Amino acid sequence: MTDGPAETVEHVSGSGIPVRGNDIDTDQIIPARFMKVVTFDGLGQFSFFDQRFDDDDNEKDHPMNEDRFRDASVMVVNANFGCGSSREHAPQALVRWGIDAIVGESFAEIFAGNCLALGVPTVTADAETVETIQDWVDDNPDGDVDVDVAAETVTYGDTTVDVTVDDAQRKALVEGVWDTTALMKANAEAVAETAASLPYVDTA
Amino acid sequence: MSKGTLYDKVWDRHTVTELPTGQTQLFVGLHLIHEVTSPQAFGMLEERDMAVAYPELTHATVDHIVPTADQSRPYADDAAERMMAELEENVHDAGIEFSDPTSGNQGIVHVIGPEQGLTQPGKTIVCGDSHTSTHGAFGALAFGIGTSQIRDVLATGTIAMEKKDVRKIEVTGELPDGVGAKDVILEIIRRLGTDGGVGYVYEYAGEAIENLDMEGRMSICNMSIEGGARAGYVNPDETTFEWLRDTEYFQNNPETFDELLPYWESVASDDDAEYDDVVTIDGSELEPVVTWGTTPGQGVGVTEPIPAPEDLPADKADTARRAQEHMRVEPGETMDGYPIDVAFLGSCTNARLPDLRRAARVVEGREVHPDVRAMVVPGSQRVARAAEAEGLREVFEAAGFDWRNAGCSMCLGMNEDQLEGDEACASSSNRNFVGRQGSKDGRTVLMNPRMVAAAAVEGEVTDVREVENTEVVVDD
Repeated sequence: MTDGPAETVEHVSGSGIPVRGNDIDTDQIIPARFMKVVTFDGLGQFSFFDQRFDDDDNEKDHPMNEDRFRDASVMVVNANFGCGSSREHAPQALVRWGIDAIVGESFAEIFAGNCLALGVPTVTADAETVETIQDWVDDNPDGDVDVDVAAETVTYGDTTVDVTVDDAQRKALVEGVWDTTALMKANAEAVAETAASLPYVDTA
Repeated sequence: MSKGTLYDKVWDRHTVTELPTGQTQLFVGLHLIHEVTSPQAFGMLEERDMAVAYPELTHATVDHIVPTADQSRPYADDAAERMMAELEENVHDAGIEFSDPTSGNQGIVHVIGPEQGLTQPGKTIVCGDSHTSTHGAFGALAFGIGTSQIRDVLATGTIAMEKKDVRKIEVTGELPDGVGAKDVILEIIRRLGTDGGVGYVYEYAGEAIENLDMEGRMSICNMSIEGGARAGYVNPDETTFEWLRDTEYFQNNPETFDELLPYWESVASDDDAEYDDVVTIDGSELEPVVTWGTTPGQGVGVTEPIPAPEDLPADKADTARRAQEHMRVEPGETMDGYPIDVAFLGSCTNARLPDLRRAARVVEGREVHPDVRAMVVPGSQRVARAAEAEGLREVFEAAGFDWRNAGCSMCLGMNEDQLEGDEACASSSNRNFVGRQGSKDGRTVLMNPRMVAAAAVEGEVTDVREVENTEVVVDD
């Protein structure tokens, strides 16, 4: 999905999975030892690996180990999710596990940017709203959570709540311009002019 | 909205255009790449049949997976060898300069950029590594990016960004003896939170910052990201210019130095610059800070009691409880006396020459505690050579430290340097996340390099000010 022209992502709908806790860092989302690879293929199985498995590979208590959440596509998290390392391996692993959108109280910037580059919305709401959605998902693992990027709402069951989508993220997703490579490549001439105007760029 | 700050000026100078998303297309003056986050980006370029737009503004090194003991090829670890081989092929094909281990210039990407004169005031600098904020110490606008953004930069020489707010953090007064740059940044993160900087670029200012050497400023900017700020910077001044003038690059190119100096001077924030937020911290009141938990914000003065989770804000209490369980610390205790198994002196935060000098002064004439394995991993081959030339290696080795080759090493445990089981590590690195140093049960205590040296000698977290006041008795 990262390799072609971008599609529009107006809304994402699917069952949810709550992953609770503030300050969940990218080392937890994908431990560094699984990054000794030259592609992102196959990373999904290593999502939250050390939270999900003990030393003998026995499953620990973690929502991603529960069958009832196995088909989830909307992850519901708390504050400062994705802090730490810039590794795109983190959202790549989540996407490969099956996640298409993340609802949370707040996200680390690099992580949110990496999600956007994959067409994955990261929408935010206050702590209480997020916890209510997490509880609902816990009680309704098969219920659909609909993330409407354009309207900035999340609907679960009969409830619709307002959420915040960063302006640029919303435009990029809704208009299908989240893959910025081609967009920026088209401005090559203006780029060269900017380069030439900088005293430290040797354009001779 | 900020006005007249370094951030505003550098942003404006590098703006290409506004994108349909409302983001700014920003020109990238220096793109640093390494073996972990770039191979997939080169793969994406190939799939789209695109070439590297500005290879001459791109520079590569190998740091994350490089072994720090035996570096003979092929590397013992097949995965590491594959990543290295892939990088070699990519930089060769694209014509990108590569500070590889045979060049004598290899090292952690955030150490080699400055020392090779690549990092300069007023540049935009990106790298697929969150600690790219380090380069802000020179008055550059520097931040970490993900792999898809690396693809963007490789293909276009630009990046899509939204402009952030600027928070000035003024550290006033003179730092007391025994307190260094690392303590300042740990204190800032402790006060403002690990997410306090989200949406902000940090400008570090004030007497305590101005009095720091460049390496100290790098330590501070390095950990901006641990406070949630993707970029942090210090306005360039005489200290900056002197440091750059002394680099081998500008020694060999003095005319380039003279040409660029006016630009460098021009990008510093104006006296009447406007900020979105200003925070003041009294530097003269600080003491060495160490972490008690599993985020860099969970810090405490070495002689202060560890806080009780219930005394913390509600949103921090739960994380604190879990962290204290993991670290096996109790509220009310101090970190002074916390037993350690490993001492790690290294990382892009604190593995530069002055860091090693300061630590060596503590170690000299003393011995590493018998229950501790201690290692020094210089930030770069140049740092290692300079340290060896002034006898620091001998000091460390005589004390029982292992002296390694340059790399990221035990900061993130991607090579053979890892914690085992539930070992506790006194670490000069930047992250104490669970599992960060290679073992999910490992316990990391972040501190400044002199504190690491003191912990290595005493076998427990120790107030370095006490150690330094104890005379060394040399056995004959």
